[in-house]
Amino acid sequence: MNPRDSLTQPLTRTFAEKTNCLITGVGGQGTVLAARVIGTAAMAAGFDVRGSETIGMAQRGGSVTSHVRMGKDIASPLIPLGRADVILAFEPGEALRAIDFLKPGGVFVVCDRPIIPAVKGDYDGSAAAAWLKEHTGAHFVSGEDIIKNCGARSVNIALLGAAAALGAFPFGFNEIEAALAEKLDAKFLAMNIAALRYGAAITGK
Amino acid sequence: MLKKLLMGNEAIAEGAIRAGVVVATGYPGTPSSEILETIARLRPGGVYAEWSVNEKSALEVAAGAAIAGARSMVTMKQVGLNVASDPLINLNYIGVKAGMVVVVADDPGPISSQNEQDTRRFGQFAKLAVFDPSTPEEACAMVADAFACSEEIGRPVILRPTTRVCHSYASVELPPELPRRTIEGFSKDDGRWVIFPRLAYKNKPAIEMTLRRLSKELTLYSGITGDFARAKKGIAAGGVSYRYVLEAFEILKERGFGDAVKNIRVLKIGTIPFAEHLGVRFLDGLDEALVVEELDPVIEDALIRLCGLYCKRIKIRGKGTDDLPLAGENTVEALVKTISNFLDLNNGLNAEAGEKQGRDIPAETPALAIRPPVLCAGCPHRGAFFAVKEAMAGRRAVFSGDIGCYTLGNAKPLDMVDTCLCMGAGITMAQGLDRAEPDAVQFAFIGDSTFFHTGVSGLINAVYNGADVVIVILDNGTTAMTGGQPHPGMTRTLMGLRAKQVSIYDLVKGIGADDIRRVDPFDTAAAKTAAARAADLKGTRVIIFEGPCVNIVPKGNALTVLSAKCRNCGICVKKLGCPAISAGADEKAVIDATLCTGCGLCRNVCRFDAIVSRHDGEVAQ
Repeated sequence: MNPRDSLTQPLTRTFAEKTNCLITGVGGQGTVLAARVIGTAAMAAGFDVRGSETIGMAQRGGSVTSHVRMGKDIASPLIPLGRADVILAFEPGEALRAIDFLKPGGVFVVCDRPIIPAVKGDYDGSAAAAWLKEHTGAHFVSGEDIIKNCGARSVNIALLGAAAALGAFPFGFNEIEAALAEKLDAKFLAMNIAALRYGAAITGK
Repeated sequence: MLKKLLMGNEAIAEGAIRAGVVVATGYPGTPSSEILETIARLRPGGVYAEWSVNEKSALEVAAGAAIAGARSMVTMKQVGLNVASDPLINLNYIGVKAGMVVVVADDPGPISSQNEQDTRRFGQFAKLAVFDPSTPEEACAMVADAFACSEEIGRPVILRPTTRVCHSYASVELPPELPRRTIEGFSKDDGRWVIFPRLAYKNKPAIEMTLRRLSKELTLYSGITGDFARAKKGIAAGGVSYRYVLEAFEILKERGFGDAVKNIRVLKIGTIPFAEHLGVRFLDGLDEALVVEELDPVIEDALIRLCGLYCKRIKIRGKGTDDLPLAGENTVEALVKTISNFLDLNNGLNAEAGEKQGRDIPAETPALAIRPPVLCAGCPHRGAFFAVKEAMAGRRAVFSGDIGCYTLGNAKPLDMVDTCLCMGAGITMAQGLDRAEPDAVQFAFIGDSTFFHTGVSGLINAVYNGADVVIVILDNGTTAMTGGQPHPGMTRTLMGLRAKQVSIYDLVKGIGADDIRRVDPFDTAAAKTAAARAADLKGTRVIIFEGPCVNIVPKGNALTVLSAKCRNCGICVKKLGCPAISAGADEKAVIDATLCTGCGLCRNVCRFDAIVSRHDGEVAQ
């Protein structure tokens, strides 16, 4: 459809026809790559994708979020509050910051490893993690274990594997692995596929 | 048709290539940088792309190509347009032969910019047509229409995406490739291309007539939906705000307000100016209209003007009535409330379903981490700032900053950026600060790419006028903040061709600075000495700190803290502001091995030799 004609096309979808995934973390943790992989996998599975990234100054150690929305006729590139079917949080404090986005009953995967802000304060992630454990059904994943088993740069893809194992996405591991192959340099592919499978395995489903 | 998952900037690049762009130029600036990078990456035959030294140069290169008959595009961010405004406004007076599209990315928020200026408003001031996309797919399709429009009116045209178009992505159907125009080459045309007062006088009415014509005929990407006959209320929107309005409608429908939403008329605006008859048809019979847009009330003002011209008694609501915020981005959540208020819908809450205002959170949440953007672990700028700070301890010194990663040197604990205004301003503002307060030592920090952009003229000004300043050039070998673009100090161009490197040292020497020193920012002792020495000299002194950006060189081995030797003095944690070091539970320093690049700055400041390379640390412990 020519975008010029889009005005005359009524929006027809219902919310059940689409999946919203929010990815949140600290600049440098690989939210952009994770979002691109999810988007690419969703397109391979036949969905249209719309989303948004944090790029620029905030990437230098600031809070970053990526929005990935899959389905027909999605209007906004940003997920409205309370409508994320899935949240992948690469850091416990950032998970807490994003909870207003979570849909009741949504899949919430959180890496427990805190990233201490460079501008030092009291934050060490423990209060955030404790709160999330008490008040949400978040699935916690050990960041130290991921780093030990898969390398320091694999938290993003391991969490993606965990969420996929929890049935968060409208596509399977084949689509994710194909998307990784498309988006990654060949020399990093094996490491990331291992991380994906590790994340799925530790979730135990 | 083939659909690709593209970011808005990639979609604009695909659109430009398919529309037959021949020359593409620009200067990096968030959120515009990926457009030119994508053109260069796809690099089809016959397309030339360059990072120019600044936006003014970029626009002039593109203008030269366009008056010789080659379709050209130039990309920049909104504040870059200020730098390029001189050639752009004048180019409108002489016009172009082939289409020329000036892509200016605006940044509501602002998210990564100094200000919230609105390029649609700039377009009105410069008397140019502005295309305003609401999605990546629309931006992609708009490029060809913008080129066609530019050729039809014989003037440059602006394409103005905003951050949420540039950095959002979508499944985009790629448009067909258009046949390339033949490039006629430059023809002298009896003075047509030489702007004299007489020519400007002659061409001004033609520019005005073009604008009049566009405000009669330009209907592209604009249109009306909703109930035509009975509607008493209408919503007008442009850019990504139009998409937020659609999303807000979906939420209101879900909450049982489907009928109210169905009964309003919607005007979507895709260009400024837009055909007046669309606005008049939209306003016809309405009691009230709400205008939803970001940055300036441009559509709002246009509708108010139409109400006057056509004697319509309609209340236009928007920024002028404080229905919309005066700064920052629009959000779906805020618009649900604003639209509900406009339509008298109980704040958009379904009372029967017991919907309440506010968050549905079971308990007080703990305080969130505060994460201002900071210099990366291993950033050479940290070494430079730290050394100058130490050398100037106890002395009256002012640290002028500039635009780039090193603006982040203002964060505590470094706290080394006292001023920041615009690209290149630090060097020259320091000269004014010195004229007003000659007793203080004036330092001006500027990055390599920014120095080439507009810093060189400031240095010439200093040397010529005998200014008493220390200019610190932070040469990290790339344009780091925007993602590592090449610049004249490097050996490669955007197209990957070998480039003749412009030496910053030779340039500074050639201009005639009174004293020049090159220093490694990670050699803390030498760096401190250089800063103290420069502060004691007179005249225009230049220190060039040469250390590559941590994102362009392989990461070194991480360091570690020997806890037996660490005395909890806190210097490494409290003075450097490095993201990789923090105080552990026992107050001893801890280095995060996943972040540490082994730059050694913390090892340099440790008085107890407690910081060692990870390998040595394992042996020792």
